[in-house]
Amino acid sequence: MSTRIIQVDTIARVEGEGALRIQISDGKLEDVKLRIFEPPRFFEAFLRGRDFTEAPDITARICGICPVAYLMGAVHAMEMICGAVIPRPIRDLRRLIYCGEWIESHILHMAMLHAPDFLGYPDAIAMAKDHPDVVKKALRVKKLGNDIMVLLGGREIHPINVRVGGFYKVPTKEQLRRLKPDLQWGLEAAMEMVRFASQLNFQDFEQDYEFVCLRHPDEYPFNEGMMVSNKGIEVPISAYDTVLVEEHVPHSTALHSRIRGRGACHVGPLARYTMNHEKLTPLAKTSAREAGLAEICCNPFKSIIVRGVEVVFAFEEALRLIDEYEPPDRPFIPVTPRAGTGYGCTEAPRGICYHRYTIDDAGAIQDAKIVSPTAVNQSTIEKDLWHFIEPNMDLPDDRLQWECEQAIRNYDPCISCSAHFLKLEVVRQ
Amino acid sequence: MPGKRRPKLAVWKFASCDGCQLSLLDCEDELLDVAGALDIAYFPEATRSVQPGPYDLSLVEGSITTPHDAERIHQIRRDSRQLISIGACATAGGIQALRNFKDVREFTRIVYASPQYIETLRRSTPIAEHVRVDFELRGCPIAKHQLIEVISAFLNGRKPNVPTYSVCQECKRQGVVCVMVAHGTPCLGPVTQAGCGALCPSYHRGCYACFGPKETPNIPALSQWRRERLGASDLEILRSLRTFNAAAAEFERESIRHEHQNHPG
Ligand code: SF4
Ligand code: SF4
Repeated sequence: MSTRIIQVDTIARVEGEGALRIQISDGKLEDVKLRIFEPPRFFEAFLRGRDFTEAPDITARICGICPVAYLMGAVHAMEMICGAVIPRPIRDLRRLIYCGEWIESHILHMAMLHAPDFLGYPDAIAMAKDHPDVVKKALRVKKLGNDIMVLLGGREIHPINVRVGGFYKVPTKEQLRRLKPDLQWGLEAAMEMVRFASQLNFQDFEQDYEFVCLRHPDEYPFNEGMMVSNKGIEVPISAYDTVLVEEHVPHSTALHSRIRGRGACHVGPLARYTMNHEKLTPLAKTSAREAGLAEICCNPFKSIIVRGVEVVFAFEEALRLIDEYEPPDRPFIPVTPRAGTGYGCTEAPRGICYHRYTIDDAGAIQDAKIVSPTAVNQSTIEKDLWHFIEPNMDLPDDRLQWECEQAIRNYDPCISCSAHFLKLEVVRQ
Repeated sequence: MPGKRRPKLAVWKFASCDGCQLSLLDCEDELLDVAGALDIAYFPEATRSVQPGPYDLSLVEGSITTPHDAERIHQIRRDSRQLISIGACATAGGIQALRNFKDVREFTRIVYASPQYIETLRRSTPIAEHVRVDFELRGCPIAKHQLIEVISAFLNGRKPNVPTYSVCQECKRQGVVCVMVAHGTPCLGPVTQAGCGALCPSYHRGCYACFGPKETPNIPALSQWRRERLGASDLEILRSLRTFNAAAAEFERESIRHEHQNHPG
């Protein structure tokens, strides 16, 4: 029996720490395991006993790459418990700050993590030597996302301005208006990036996924909507736990999610696009069409195009929100605690991010559950790898390693929510 | 630069949220210059290429929480000419140091169905508790301008200019109205190290001390003021000190004092 082992100590450019082990015996793929090494940080445990108003800032520290997702999940859950009704301008500002996070995070992934894979560079800095304009432009677009975060949130990582009930301070119309010329430029640049992404070489890798995401009757989803799938799920987010279950598998410190009775599901840009493309803004639709995207996108390698389309959407949406903005009377509405359980589920750049809290009458948290998008995608990533490795088993180890890394990076796994460096080990027997 | 070797930079991660290392990638205007001045030899969040050590400058994010990491940091120290810990996790143990005040086995049972798979230490500790650290950069997350300052100081062989005075002084400098005096909003600015530019007070929010204690803070005096003037309870004072820098010595000491008053005996 011949054994071949490839061990990758680091799958770089995914934000976390983990490892991949592949076992091949007599030319047959025997096992694929994505192991997560992120040291446990016990958020759900130490949230117990904290005040309900503390959950947004504390849970933001789960992930520095998508803090807005955690801030939003927590505030929505707490407001649901307390029966708070959020005025329109505050709701709009929440969508606006989310636009900032999508732009920043998607461009980071597209230009600095994913595109180098397609073009054969180890990173964006090496890529910048041959394609300086692409990288410089991408950095400028990324910065516009951060500019929105800084204005609305105070800073780009762990914004300080979000609270249960609204914001500590809201911007003036003039402050928002001043962003517009840059955002206009960003919109153009984002459309160019979609064109660039659509010209990359994609392998044929269409998969049969169950796509899960939010769907809202009037808009492309950020913070609100029903939880839906292309295979028949349609439930309010409060039914999340009846749809998805988490398993603790021995090879990982991240919990794996599965759809009850069915198995893996896929969350993130492809899911949102497939289930909501008719809600995209006009230029985002144009971009998608010009890039040759069909109404369903089942090729995870093409997520780089879909991220681009979502960036175009985020710029258009940001411009619309700015045009319609009238500052609220107060930056936040007072929220009085009452005992109960509430849910928050929002569309992080990488897919739905779920929060559930139970608080008592004094506002002390009794129980907390948080599921990151990467935890939900993990089983799907493993499944993709099975399908991906089988036809590619004969590739030399280093080549196979890079290809596998890329298959994983398709999901933009923010591994600090679940994984980080991926260590690839291929056992060939 | 022909003939001159660029210093090798490595960026390491321990228990953290990745936000501090992301700060480097968020320096959109400076990133390509940094990459020109330094040879990015190890930075898994940004590149798949890996160069072996030794490294001239290591930036270390995150706290030590597993037996494996407690060994790994020693190897990194041996491989690094200069080692700078970045962020509250690396300089104080981070939010995950809240376990230090509780029974970590209980925590493991709450989060994981199969606690036997989880290997973790009882305490989350800063890097400096394990190895010699050349400089500690504060913040949750660190401030980008301070990161750039630390890197340029390193490149020029000088001491970084990072003040250790309080957030209050930044408010005064920037003409930000004191939220505590003007609005009775609880604020840890008087005992918190500067660096953020008085961010929270400028958004009408009290400082929650994400940069950790300033040099020689008088925390009991602030607690007393909060109790007498703002009617704060021991529990409120306790919670406010138990966040991202909970295990920083001065905060830990003061929070334990209020824990005892909160739960006598
Ligand atoms: S200090 Fe804060 S921002 Fe930095 S890694 Fe730790 S949790 Fe993240
Ligand atoms: S004011 Fe305090 S909590 Fe706010 S950013 Fe500055 S140090 Fe952090």
